Amino acid sequence: MPEINGFGHSMKRKEDARFLQGKGNYIDDFKLPGMLWLDIVRSPYAHARIKSIDTSQAAKVPGVLGFITGRDLEKYNLHWMPTLAGDKQMVLPIDTVKYQSQEVVAVIATDRYTAADGVAAVTVDYEPLPVVVDPHKALQPDTIKVRDDKDSNRIWHWEVGDREGTAAAFAQAATIVREKIYIPRIHVASIETCGCLADWDGVNKRLTFYVTSQAPHVYRTVLALVAGHVGLSEENIRVVSPDIGGGFGGKVPVYPGYVLAVAASVLLGKPVKWIEDRSENLAADSFARDYHINAELAADQAGRIVAMRMDTVADHGYSDAQASPSKFPAGLFHIATGSYDFQKAYMQVDGVYTNKPPGGVAYRCSFRVTEAVHAIERMVDILAHERGEDPAEFRLRNFIKPEQFPYMSALGWEYDSGNYHQALRVAMDMIGYADLRREQAEKRARGELMGIGISSFTEIVGAGPAHQFDIIGLKMFDSCELRVHPTGKAIARFGTKSQGQGHETTYAQIIANELGIPAEHVKIEEGDTDTAPYGLGTYASRSTPTAGAAAAVAARKLRDKARKIAAHLLECAEDDLEWDKDRFFVKGAPGKAKTIQELVFAAYTNHPSDLEGGFETVHYYNPPNLTYPFGSYICVVDIDRGTGQVQTRRFVAVDDCGTRINPMIVEGQIHGGLTQGFAPAMMEEMQYDENGNLYGGTFMDYMVPTAVESPKWEVGETVTPSPHHPFGAKGVGESPTVGAPPAFANAVVDALWHLGVRHVDIPITAPKVWELLKQHGAALEE
Amino acid sequence: MIPPAFDYAAPTSLSDALALLSQNPEAKVLAGGHSLIPALKFRMASPALLVDINKVAGLAYLREAGGWLAIGAMTREADLDRSALVREKYPLLADTARMIADPLVRNLATIGGNLAHADPANDHPATMLAYRAEVTAQGPAGARTIPIADFFTGPFTTSLAANEILTEIRLPARRAGDGGCYLKIERKVGDYATAAVAVQINVNAAGVCTSAGLALTNLGLTAIRCAAAEAALVGQPLDEAAIKAAAQRAAQAAEPVSDYRGSEAYKRSLVTTLTVRALRTALERARR
Amino acid sequence: MSTHHIKLTLNGETKEADVPARLLLVHLIREVFNLTGTHIGCDTTSCGACTVILNGRPVKACTVLAVQADGAAVQTVEGLAQGGQLHPIQEGFHQCHGLQCGFCTPGMLLTSAAFLAEHPNPSDDEIRWAISGNLCRCTGYMNIVKAVQYAAEKMRAASAQPAAAD
Repeated sequence: MPEINGFGHSMKRKEDARFLQGKGNYIDDFKLPGMLWLDIVRSPYAHARIKSIDTSQAAKVPGVLGFITGRDLEKYNLHWMPTLAGDKQMVLPIDTVKYQSQEVVAVIATDRYTAADGVAAVTVDYEPLPVVVDPHKALQPDTIKVRDDKDSNRIWHWEVGDREGTAAAFAQAATIVREKIYIPRIHVASIETCGCLADWDGVNKRLTFYVTSQAPHVYRTVLALVAGHVGLSEENIRVVSPDIGGGFGGKVPVYPGYVLAVAASVLLGKPVKWIEDRSENLAADSFARDYHINAELAADQAGRIVAMRMDTVADHGYSDAQASPSKFPAGLFHIATGSYDFQKAYMQVDGVYTNKPPGGVAYRCSFRVTEAVHAIERMVDILAHERGEDPAEFRLRNFIKPEQFPYMSALGWEYDSGNYHQALRVAMDMIGYADLRREQAEKRARGELMGIGISSFTEIVGAGPAHQFDIIGLKMFDSCELRVHPTGKAIARFGTKSQGQGHETTYAQIIANELGIPAEHVKIEEGDTDTAPYGLGTYASRSTPTAGAAAAVAARKLRDKARKIAAHLLECAEDDLEWDKDRFFVKGAPGKAKTIQELVFAAYTNHPSDLEGGFETVHYYNPPNLTYPFGSYICVVDIDRGTGQVQTRRFVAVDDCGTRINPMIVEGQIHGGLTQGFAPAMMEEMQYDENGNLYGGTFMDYMVPTAVESPKWEVGETVTPSPHHPFGAKGVGESPTVGAPPAFANAVVDALWHLGVRHVDIPITAPKVWELLKQHGAALEE
Repeated sequence: MIPPAFDYAAPTSLSDALALLSQNPEAKVLAGGHSLIPALKFRMASPALLVDINKVAGLAYLREAGGWLAIGAMTREADLDRSALVREKYPLLADTARMIADPLVRNLATIGGNLAHADPANDHPATMLAYRAEVTAQGPAGARTIPIADFFTGPFTTSLAANEILTEIRLPARRAGDGGCYLKIERKVGDYATAAVAVQINVNAAGVCTSAGLALTNLGLTAIRCAAAEAALVGQPLDEAAIKAAAQRAAQAAEPVSDYRGSEAYKRSLVTTLTVRALRTALERARR
Repeated sequence: MSTHHIKLTLNGETKEADVPARLLLVHLIREVFNLTGTHIGCDTTSCGACTVILNGRPVKACTVLAVQADGAAVQTVEGLAQGGQLHPIQEGFHQCHGLQCGFCTPGMLLTSAAFLAEHPNPSDDEIRWAISGNLCRCTGYMNIVKAVQYAAEKMRAASAQPAAAD
């Protein structure tokens, strides 16, 4: 019998074998007989009237079979579709395009080369219209209106907290710091782009839809909602999400190309594949961030934070196409009080339309937590520096204390557990904080620039409790269906969908831990809506807090059944039995025992007459609260005064995600998340000029770090279990992405504070640093 | 991204390749392909015919002869990078090859292609200007030598005729007291230069600079040779004052424009900084 | 557009095909020969998901024409394991958790294998430099570097063993 490999075992991943040998099954690997290709003509303009569309030349290209325009879709009322945020967006335009790279015409052809030739041969005549790309300008009264169906460019206004109480606290504060912080628009840039293969079976009126989806069940329901009126009924839609080459939130939204592929398959009666290229992926798929934050933080005489206020403009582009829970238009941005104990806070956020692609997704981020953490961690650092205090000491004074948990934050979140002091102290020990400060002082005396940056973040993941969390009305529970076969081997299916997180291993370990069946013998399946139980999918670090919890509860339900069978077989009372790893034994007589394999076998062959046969169950887990992972990161940078280049010398990351199921996988998640925190902090940004043209639409200009730029991560841990999760776990995937950017920014500002620099927006590129050095007289002209 | 349709031929002799070019004015030469094929995929080029010269024998070599290092135009960047000869005696060339694109691209990209494509952001042009290289162009009427200073006529244009093929690059063989260095600021591996500086100097036993080549990458419409900076070095003891004077002149010669890689002022400042640092390294290497 | 009859060795097996001039090598491998382990991640020769070994050197198959591979030896990820035995680099990636979503993995494996063939005893920084033409969005590269070191050590140990008598 193999090892059980429950919690704490760095079991090697079960899914590796296929990926290592080229046998992964990604969307573009699917090939069906008679399959056609769809490619898309896109707008070069950010705002333009379509004067005419001429497909006559394209129609002459041998192998081009047809076109779909907005007018074609309009006949079926399919030219609009809902977004997951309850807004809507065009599938194809009727007469006006609203952002650059918007889909305009779909071309269907026999193969991908011919489809591309068809796209190149379509002529669209546009009349360019004025654009608004700056969300602040979009809020002015006499501006261009982005949406014809709306009264203004303000999508929503949302506020939370105690406005008057906060104002009063600010009025009495000893120190107040204010800063404008911009969190720029970025892109998930998973190495696999998005795509789908729609296969309509006209005889059985059934659609099989293969698609790169982090939330296949939601897709099925959305498809039924969009196209139910033309005959796509939910029982006849099967969504299959195969292996996914990176998701990070970008594969949560439904894109127009998906609807087009389905429409084309239905119209032509053939399977139709659509795979984006990289430029389409960067230019048109949902972006992340793009928050303009005015932040204020106040402290009393003793250096205790007393109040926080934030006023924010959220640029959503042409549609609010984020995947946020419906009650929270600004996501969980009000986690922005962070790891600190103060009771007065207020924030307001305005969502705004602009002539940019719609979004934004929660890129490795539980709905705007990255924005929140960056804002509070920058502000805390500024406040500490303003007071002339060491930022570590300032944090240690202001942290919520371990004995205060569960802790109700000023903006209404109940933090489940934490020990922030410990995490920061571990990080300081690992990096040798005091020595670094001494070195910094010496270097500064010599004119050298070195900075130390801290980020002590609190995350909020695992959406979420049904009373608070839904997406388009669908409650955000998640699920596990567990079936154990007569020989004691199991299959478990989930409503989530791994994109590299290692669910096939981790989930198996949860079941192994709870039921004693070796993880190797627990087969995990996700992504096929015909077989998997309903769930909201994998994003926002919710898989372990929700579906992982469902797995544990399902396994415990079956363990209860096993107890009944054991009592029957061992001829004792259920209460006389005790569980040990993989067996029940009679208390005081460890020799009298039945293993889980024996008990499962009996469930099929010799079960008590008053008990149902079989050994299966399903559980839909509704989390009682979110989980609040946290950590402290410390970053050391050296700055080249001649070039403005910032070199990351060291980066220590201490994470606390509660119970660690598979430490190897957790560490891998942290490494990857740190690089995805480093990237927007130092390199990546999608920039638009005043005409709405994107810079950063290829991998030549969108700066995904290579192994050379990516820092070498040093990781540490503390373990503070969640008190409400069945086995004390919290999510971890996005903590590092959320926590890392302010550590970099704080380090750079720490290096420059004595020159008079208070803030720098990310990404902190070399030219940006050089301009600061220049402004403050510290640039070195060799 | 899919290229448009074109015809393809892979001649095995230079004369056949030249004949194809002469017969097909809309033809393009395919060398390493790492500029041309991406351009085709973006449909920014639509040649009627690609003349692939990868099967023409004898175009990839490195040899020292007659006071020159002769480099076959089809020599891959990776082969420059891994050549012990280049590393030991031609550090400016070694530095340059190592900074071009990324390791996989360098396995196919060629030095000839990098020069003939004449992208002002390409790295070899400045390096060859600093070396005072010359190139051989083969045409229907035979071979001709083009001094590198006459080779680049504008962005993406050279003095090569449409029916000529660049076959060889020659740079002066290393002499005692030679030293060179290429310094490039890029945003990440694989990026074009925000700014880069190529320097090649010779210093005599007395520490006096006897010759200097200095050129800039991606700081103008073509690679820029900084004659004034070179003049500031030649005949001078190569001390910090001379280095700084040259760097000032190099910065004056640059014609940067503000873009997403940085402001005009930033790039000009980089020229100063990089020139100083490159000259220091070149001097160190010259003294070895 | 001209079409060409080509003949090449793919993972040691002789293959022939008639290809249009513009067909990219990556599409020949994926769509004509149905080996889908070679992936496509960008259009600009930036990401390396399409890496194959062409005549002994790793190259990006999205930037090579299929017709250029006429007469060449091409190796893809499907050709790494031999006789049911994983290549040490595959083993290293498994042991060291050098992969997550798996999409960049074939390219990373091939680049690393070719690199190790020439650099049996690399430093971590040399490994990072060698794989800098391959983007990974999941791992932060830490465990990829470890995986390559694992394979290097294993390959050094194997080459230090006297050849088995047969």
